[in-house]
Amino acid sequence: MRWIRRNLLTGYAILALLYLFLPIFVVIAFSFNDPKGRFNYTWQGFTLKNWLNPFGYPGLEDALKVSIEIAILSSLFATILGTLIALALVRYKFRGSGTTNMLIFVPMTTPEVVMGASLLTLFVNWRIPQGFGTILIAHILFNVSFVVVTVRARLVGFDRHLEEAAMDLGANEWLTFTKVTLPLIFPGILAGGLLAFALSIDDFVITYFNAGATITFPLFVWGAARVATPPQINVIGTSIFVIAVTVMLTQILVSNRRSRKVVAG
Amino acid sequence: MLHRRKWAIPYLLLAPGMLWLILFFVVPMWYLGKMSLSSGLFPIFSFDWAWGNFSNAISEYQTQFIRSGEYAAIATAIALVLSYPLAYWIAFRGGRWKSLFLLLVISPFFVTYLIRTLAWETILSDNGIVVHTLQDLHILGPNGRLLATSAAVIAGITYNFLPFMVLPLYVSLEQIDHRLIEAAEDLYASRPRAFARVTLPLSLPGVFAGVLLTFIPAAGDFINAQLLGTPRQYMIGNVIQSEFLAVRDYPTAAALSFILMAAILFLVLVFARVLGTERLTVAA
Repeated sequence: MRWIRRNLLTGYAILALLYLFLPIFVVIAFSFNDPKGRFNYTWQGFTLKNWLNPFGYPGLEDALKVSIEIAILSSLFATILGTLIALALVRYKFRGSGTTNMLIFVPMTTPEVVMGASLLTLFVNWRIPQGFGTILIAHILFNVSFVVVTVRARLVGFDRHLEEAAMDLGANEWLTFTKVTLPLIFPGILAGGLLAFALSIDDFVITYFNAGATITFPLFVWGAARVATPPQINVIGTSIFVIAVTVMLTQILVSNRRSRKVVAG
Repeated sequence: MLHRRKWAIPYLLLAPGMLWLILFFVVPMWYLGKMSLSSGLFPIFSFDWAWGNFSNAISEYQTQFIRSGEYAAIATAIALVLSYPLAYWIAFRGGRWKSLFLLLVISPFFVTYLIRTLAWETILSDNGIVVHTLQDLHILGPNGRLLATSAAVIAGITYNFLPFMVLPLYVSLEQIDHRLIEAAEDLYASRPRAFARVTLPLSLPGVFAGVLLTFIPAAGDFINAQLLGTPRQYMIGNVIQSEFLAVRDYPTAAALSFILMAAILFLVLVFARVLGTERLTVAA
C-alpha cells in the first residue's frame, strides 16, 4: 500500500513535468520545421536552415539586440538599487521600514497592465517621448522589488559573527564589508541579478505600453504573429531557453559542490 | 562623529532605490488616479472630478470584469491542485536533487511567454493531434474546436502562471520540520490524518502566497485571451489595453485600471479573512 502511494506520487510528478514540457518540445521541434506558407503551425518537413540562418527574417536581429541591451542595463541597475535596499532593511532598525516594505511589496502585486498604464500616463503627462529610455526605466522599476526579495532572503540567514571576527582582527568597516560580507552574500546578489535579467528579456505587457517605436524581441514576436510566424522565432526562443538552463544548472552544481566541501571540511 | 552619522546610513542606502520607486511607481499611480477623474478627448484631458467614468466603466464592461474573475479563479484553483503534489514530491522525495528538480519545473518558463503561448496555439489548433484524438474518441464533435474557447484561455492562463504557484508552495513545504510529522505518527495519527493536521496547516503560508501570486497576474492578463480566444473570451486586461493603446480613451482606461486594482485588493482581503491568515500577508 505504501509502495503504491509512493509511486503514485512519483508517477503524478512525471506526468506534471511532461505537461510542463509539452509546449517546449513543440517550440524546439518547430524550430526545425520547413513551413510552406508564412505560418509555422503544421509540420512540413525537417530542415536545419533556420538554425543556420537564425536572423534570416527582417527586424529580428535588431529586436533581439534591443532586448539584450535592456536586460543587461536594467538588471545591473536594479541589482545595485535592490541590494542597497535589502542591506538597509535587514541590517538597520529605522523609522519608515514598514512603509519601505510596503513600497517593495505593492509593485509585485500590481497587475502588469496597470503598471504599464500608469507609466504611460506619467510619460504622456511629462511629455517624455517613449522609446529605449522609457522601456529601461520601466524594467528597472519592476525588477527592483524582485532583487530586494532575493537578496534579503540571503542576508537574513547571514552569520554576523563572521563580521565581528573580522573587526576583532583589526579590519575596518569598509574592509569587512568588501572582504567578508560581500563575498558571502554574492550568490544572493547574483541570483537576484539573473532573475532580473530573465524577467526583463521576457517582459511583454509593460514594454508594450511604453515602447513607442522601439521593438524588443517579445514585441517583435507579437507583431510578427499577426502576419506570419517565422521559424526563426523558435530558434531564438530555443536558444534563450538553452542558455538560461545552462546558467542555472552551473549555479546549482557549483553551490552543491561548495556545500559538500564545507561539510567535508 | 561616527555615532552622529550612523542613523543616516540606512536612509542613504535606501535613497536611490526608493527615489526610483516613488518617481516611477507612486507618482504614476497618482497621475493614473487623476486621469481616471478627467474628461476630454486625446490628447487633451482635463481634470474635473468626473466620477461618471467609474460608473460608466463598470456598467459597460461588467461582463469582462466578471469573466476575468471567473477565469482567474478557475485557473488558480487548477494550478493549486496541479502544483501541490508536485511541490510536495520535490520537497519530500527530492533528496539532494531538490534544486535540480526545481530547475526542471521552472525551466519551461525560460522560453519567452509569447512563444510558449503560440506553442499552445499550435497544440490546440484545429489540425493538431489533440483535437483529432478528441474527435476520434467522440469527446469532441466533428467540427468541435479547442482553440477560441474559454477552456483554451483558462488552460493557457493556468500553464503560464504555474511557477508562481509551485515556488511558494515548495518553499513552505521544504521548511517543514519532518520531526513534527513523525511525532504525529508516533501519536498514532494515520498518514492522511498527519497530513491533514500537520503538513497541510504548516504549508498554508505557501498556499496563500501561491494563490495570490497566481490570481493577480491571471486576473490582469490579456495575452492568453488574445491568442487562444476570441473577443467573446476577452478579459478586462484586453479592454484596458485597447482603451489605452487603440481607442486612446485614457480616462475610461484609467478608471478600469483602478477598479481592477480595488477588486483584486478586496478579493485578497476576503481570502485572507477566510483562510484566517491575515498575519501571513506580511510574511508573503
